[in-house]
Amino acid sequence: MATMVQGIRMALHYGERHLDLKDIFGQDAGPPLGGVFTATQGLKTAWNTPLDERGIVGTAIGIAMTGQRCVGEIQFADYIFNTIDLLKLAGNNLWCSHGQFPLPLVLMTPSGAGIHGSIYHSHSFDSWAVRLAGWKVVCPSNALDAYGLMISAILDPNPVLYLKPKALLRVKSKDKIPGEPEDEKELKKRIDAPIGSARENWKPNWPLLQEYKVPIGKGKIVQEGEDLTLISFGRSFYLCEQAIKNLKDVSVELIDLRSLYPYDWKLIKSSFQKTRRALIVNEDTEVANFAEHLAYRMVQEGFYHLLAPPSVLSGKQVPGVGLNPNLESATVPQVSDIQKEIQKLIADSW
Amino acid sequence: MTKQLSLSKEQLIKIYDLMVKARVTEERLIHIYKQGLGYFWIGGPGEEAFAVPLGLLIDKGRGINKDWLYLHYRGLPTLIAMGLSMKEAFRTVLNKATDQSSGGRNFVNHYSLPQWNVAPVTSVIGVQYSMAIGTAYAQSRTKDSKSLTVVTGGDAGSHEGDFATCLIWSSRPKKELPLLITVQNNQWGISTSYANQHGSKSIADRARAFQIESYVIDGNDPVESYHQLSQAIQNIRKNRRPVFIEAKVSRLYGHSSASGANYVKEEECCVKKFESFLIKEKLLTKKQSEEIWFNYKEEAKKTQREVMKEEDPQGNTIWNYIYDKGENADWRKF
Repeated sequence: MATMVQGIRMALHYGERHLDLKDIFGQDAGPPLGGVFTATQGLKTAWNTPLDERGIVGTAIGIAMTGQRCVGEIQFADYIFNTIDLLKLAGNNLWCSHGQFPLPLVLMTPSGAGIHGSIYHSHSFDSWAVRLAGWKVVCPSNALDAYGLMISAILDPNPVLYLKPKALLRVKSKDKIPGEPEDEKELKKRIDAPIGSARENWKPNWPLLQEYKVPIGKGKIVQEGEDLTLISFGRSFYLCEQAIKNLKDVSVELIDLRSLYPYDWKLIKSSFQKTRRALIVNEDTEVANFAEHLAYRMVQEGFYHLLAPPSVLSGKQVPGVGLNPNLESATVPQVSDIQKEIQKLIADSW
Repeated sequence: MTKQLSLSKEQLIKIYDLMVKARVTEERLIHIYKQGLGYFWIGGPGEEAFAVPLGLLIDKGRGINKDWLYLHYRGLPTLIAMGLSMKEAFRTVLNKATDQSSGGRNFVNHYSLPQWNVAPVTSVIGVQYSMAIGTAYAQSRTKDSKSLTVVTGGDAGSHEGDFATCLIWSSRPKKELPLLITVQNNQWGISTSYANQHGSKSIADRARAFQIESYVIDGNDPVESYHQLSQAIQNIRKNRRPVFIEAKVSRLYGHSSASGANYVKEEECCVKKFESFLIKEKLLTKKQSEEIWFNYKEEAKKTQREVMKEEDPQGNTIWNYIYDKGENADWRKF
């Protein structure tokens, strides 16, 4: 099965081949590297930019202003912060122009911890991102969703921020991407660039991929349960899956949010009204965290359904994620933290 | 004033006429603000001699094969030269629902006109220099296209990193962009003088460092501006490479209403200067010039009265156009 990064790459290939995607660009996005995580390797329309995040975002806006589709990449979400006013402008371009200038662009960036990336390769951006009105924000947790969300993002007429959970980029899918070869070794041989000088004349041999869309704004119940709704996305979702694997005596309903904005409130609401308990997990810092908005809404709309206060497990409000594993695990939620919080919610129910 | 009169009398009078129209429109915008009818004024009186010729030289229209404009908020004279009505300008200062550019959402002189490829003007200083490169890039790979992108800004805007971004991205070897990069240097960034902040002799020197063909011109001289702009635009259409122009201009009413919007006598007035030149050269009579001013002032008064009767936007429209094609963006309705 394909890894997530292969899934993203195949979706981008599908985009440039079938969806009129004209440009994929960023620092090291073009040949020879094809992205530091290889998400853009072998793509016909991928090109290298100067090391200039503002230029990357500005260029994406300028291309999209003409109606042409593009995908820009910021090499790590930690480096997106100096573009925040441009992101705000991209989000308000349609609104400010009274509906006259839509921006069909995708900006993708690896986000979050889990690779011991230290202070400037571990930060999350999801809670910052959802405050940028006019953007759609997505974050997959597996290769198939990564493929389907990218295709939806490319087709969307609005700016879409595509957060790549960097710790999951090498994780293999459980589900096959439509058109993917049966043998994963064959896939690797066909679309992964060789190391060294062999790369110079290498060209990918793309499989015949098919369109598969994950609608933006739609979450997914991955496991049904009765006692508690566990909501997450990206790497945290992966940890949630691990956390509930061996959990005894608690029936957890697990939701992969996939889209952070717009988000699937109908799915969330129907689930927590059934289970009457909810825990939301992500890695971004805890104060004014996006999950607090969901918890607030659960209280506002479901107070009398709840057996316990909805809970949020997120990154500590510290300036960065420290390098040493002890520091990283103390900063962003771990499997054991999720398990403890689930038990606490069950125990604390009234 | 440039003596090289390769422009016909008709062209010179047309430029003058549009400069007067732009000035009258701006002065009426200030008047509307001072009447307490608008919340803010910012604009381009003092930049007409550069901005009007620019507007006349644009291949205007919609789509990738026409020129694109990334203007700063002093770009009204360019748009007047392209055919913008006084009505559209007044709708912005009066934040009317009928304002094509933003429906009453954005400040005065922040235009957004897809029919002429005028990208939304922002209050954020300098960002247009980063965005323009994307559009010029899309044009650069459009086969047989002669279209170009124009970006304008002030000298203070050139302090922003986006200006350096523009120089770097537009001049990459074998990937040069069909981009006319301009700075209208009025020597001020609100209350901070150019002289106190620039170590370089000219802003154009910065562009030269990137092998970009660069000029410093008298932006208060419409004839010199016309010739330099015309030459630059022709070069870009043919060679598909960037050209940089720094135009020395005046700031006749200060930064904005925030600094009073009062006439600054010490600044050179390009309209009056050009008018004197035309009269001296017997291309225009005093009476003719008075008529032009009078007629535009009357049109401005009448237009203001008309626009004031137009509808204001309603509060329940704030959710419109967050997403395209009417898609809901209000979380309460998810």
